[in-house]
Amino acid sequence: MSRKPLVRECPPTTWYFRQPRYLRYMSREITSIFVGAYCVLLVVGLQRLAAGPAAWEGFLLALRSPASIVFQFLCLIAAVYHAATWFNATQKAMPLQIGEDFVPGNVISGAHYAVWILLSLVVMFFAGVF
Amino acid sequence: MTPLKERLVQLEVLRYNPDTDTEAHFQRYEVMCQEEWVVLDALNKIKADIDPTLNYRWSCHMAVCGSCGMMINGEPKLSCHAFLRSYEGVIRVEPLAHFPIERDLVTAPDDFMEKLKRVKPYVIPKEEKPISEGEYKQTPAQLMKFRQYSMCINCMLCYAACPQYGLTPSFIGPAALTLAHRYNLDSRDGGRKERMEVVATKEGVWECTFVGACSEVCPAHVDPASALQQLKIVGSIDWIVEHLIPGGKS
Repeated sequence: MSRKPLVRECPPTTWYFRQPRYLRYMSREITSIFVGAYCVLLVVGLQRLAAGPAAWEGFLLALRSPASIVFQFLCLIAAVYHAATWFNATQKAMPLQIGEDFVPGNVISGAHYAVWILLSLVVMFFAGVF
Repeated sequence: MTPLKERLVQLEVLRYNPDTDTEAHFQRYEVMCQEEWVVLDALNKIKADIDPTLNYRWSCHMAVCGSCGMMINGEPKLSCHAFLRSYEGVIRVEPLAHFPIERDLVTAPDDFMEKLKRVKPYVIPKEEKPISEGEYKQTPAQLMKFRQYSMCINCMLCYAACPQYGLTPSFIGPAALTLAHRYNLDSRDGGRKERMEVVATKEGVWECTFVGACSEVCPAHVDPASALQQLKIVGSIDWIVEHLIPGGKS
């Protein structure tokens, strides 16, 4: 008997509408754009700093504009979401076995959160927040 | 004894006959089912009482054999594990996504079988020894290291859930890569290098973008996504040792 299998293609541009979990995945991927855009902002800041005090003041002024504040707020939300999903994923990538048992996943993710908070406090200390 | 509750269930089943059809189409069935039945029971009832031409695979009816995987309302499921009481309205039943349809709900698993072979999913002993020297021993801790990944029933639900496999069919895919990891982790095994030549490639783990859908649909709780992320770390360390450390060998 001859075979005539029917192939149903996965739609290359709309596949992520098929399942809510695919949309969740895409939303996480999209946060990378904001994280990348904020990195560009930091590089521009460095360039302005190197260009002299007037350029730096102009850069700081531009950061205080309403559009810039909205942009930075969106970047913050995206970065927090990205980081949280990343830390939640660490328990899958880095299992820790002690004897016959594995350390619970939330301990591994929790340790990452703890280090994140600690490092953030250190950065804030050196930035003169405290 | 209280009589079992019955209800009329509507199923919309994708049909494809390779002898007469060029496209697949949905056919609706109405069948009286008992409340505690699963979708597979409804299909069996349809085949027995309404339409004997309906084709699908099944065997154990207890989520062990992995034969009856289907898309149920767009979600990859074992039809013997999908209770009718979990669904309202018309239940849409399709063959597993991302696999060619052979006939009705029967898909062609050839691609998966070929990929499974490529990752050498068996113990390749570090050193052969005669039977007279006894068995290859393993401690409980050594067993636990890979046990979860040995629970795969080859049902292919993870392939149907993985958009990367749907978009890039050359991707070796979740179950086969997970089994590669399972044997790499086995203390009796010495085949890691051979497997990593297949695994640590573009169409191996690096095609995975960690959507995580494979682990969400896995009926055996194997968590293929975790195996693949661990393989990425192993592959990266191998690459660093080989390329960046003087005298390093992967």
